[in-house]
Amino acid sequence: MSESPVLTVEGVTLQYRSREQLVTAVSRVSFTVERSDRFVILGPSGCGKSTLLKSIGGFVRPAEGQVLLEGAKIERPGPDRVFVFQEFDQLLPWKTVTENIVFALTASRKLDRPRAEERARQFIAKVNLTKFAGSYPHTLSGGMKQRVAIARALAMEPRILLMDEPFAALDSMTRARMQEELLQLWEDSKSTILFVTHSIPEAIRVGNRILLLSAHPGRVRAEIASSGSDHDGALAAQVEGMLADA
Amino acid sequence: MPRAARKAFLLLALALLWEAYARWLANPLLLPTFSATVRALIAGVASGELPRATLYTVRLLLKGYVAGLVLAALLTAFASATRVGADLLEMLTSMFNPLPSIALLPLALIWFGLGEGSVIFVLIHAVLWAVALNTFAGFRAVSPTLRMVGQNYGLSKTGYITRILIPAAFPSILTGLKVGWAFAWRTLIAAELVFGVSSGSGGLGWYIFEHKNQLLVPDVFAGLLTIILFGLAVENLVFATVEKRTVRRWGMQV
Repeated sequence: MSESPVLTVEGVTLQYRSREQLVTAVSRVSFTVERSDRFVILGPSGCGKSTLLKSIGGFVRPAEGQVLLEGAKIERPGPDRVFVFQEFDQLLPWKTVTENIVFALTASRKLDRPRAEERARQFIAKVNLTKFAGSYPHTLSGGMKQRVAIARALAMEPRILLMDEPFAALDSMTRARMQEELLQLWEDSKSTILFVTHSIPEAIRVGNRILLLSAHPGRVRAEIASSGSDHDGALAAQVEGMLADA
Repeated sequence: MPRAARKAFLLLALALLWEAYARWLANPLLLPTFSATVRALIAGVASGELPRATLYTVRLLLKGYVAGLVLAALLTAFASATRVGADLLEMLTSMFNPLPSIALLPLALIWFGLGEGSVIFVLIHAVLWAVALNTFAGFRAVSPTLRMVGQNYGLSKTGYITRILIPAAFPSILTGLKVGWAFAWRTLIAAELVFGVSSGSGGLGWYIFEHKNQLLVPDVFAGLLTIILFGLAVENLVFATVEKRTVRRWGMQV
């Protein structure tokens, strides 16, 4: 396989200015994400993993290093890298489920309206929300809102899906079900996913590759492969040990 | 008993109380009876004088309201685009918000003379600050997540404003529109009371003033009743409908 990686992060340092000082959120992080990877960035809070994701999204400019999407430098936000956020208010509250997806497809000029509506229907069916296609977001549960956000992101068919702790605000049962559903959706589409989380079990379940970051500032500890199941807890223990050493 | 029936019952009770007290007082110059007021109202409507006065007032109000909205939009745009603009808006609103518009009327008369110009000037003052302040506050309160979503899908600058910022800030904008309308309505009636004489055909304020001079007190009450009815109609029909179809349907009311 000589295919070039979807995403290349090369020696990226991210800084932001707080009131008194320049804070380094992430220091010289490098990794690559291949096509159809479920790449997880795992680290404690304060390791700058969300900031890192935002710089891949084009919202934060690296102080050092560069981020390449299929070889091209990322300069600004764009619909080829679609976010799924943790916050429920990522759905436009003034639009129904269908309209939210149509909005994404038409605002980015990906499809015209009739075809956008058709695709919205398809993806709403994929996340089993057909009954709620005409509902407004405030009438949906947290898990349903996140499913709409995932459907919206997948409908865009981005080069890479950027998921910023999308299940962190859900209760643990919903969370486990959503992880399962995400894997099924991935089986269908084989999309490239970059998934940020602070939960070790979630990282092991969702990812095929896991990048461990230490905190203050975020540095790469290790990169490991995950089989997707961890019945004896050995992998989790290993990961925990690596994070504790940091 | 349902709420509407309870309210209707209360209204009826108040009308009866009014009628009884006025009859007992037996001084139509001080307090005409409810029935006399209703008769004056019907006569005023039938003669076309009351509808004409109402139309005049409403037309003037709309002119001032729209002019105020346009200026509020410009000021908010400036405030959103630059930091100086934001400071300016903050300073101007904190200065002028406590100043009742009607206090500017004498000055307006010197600047614009007797006529529509002066009234529109005070109306703009009544509308501008409330709308600009609420709209700007609404823009600022748009969540960072929604902002990022807008940018993520590659919206243009105008698309971002019209498709993200304005709908997201709509609850605040609507509050501003309502407050602005209420200020403008009260200001206009007061301004007309002071100098409805200016342009020959006066509005509702002038209607009241003129009939008071002629000691036609039931007509004064009829004018007051019209003001109440119109104000209620706009607030409960127009704004309530907009609210029901937008912010309440979206689950966004503040």
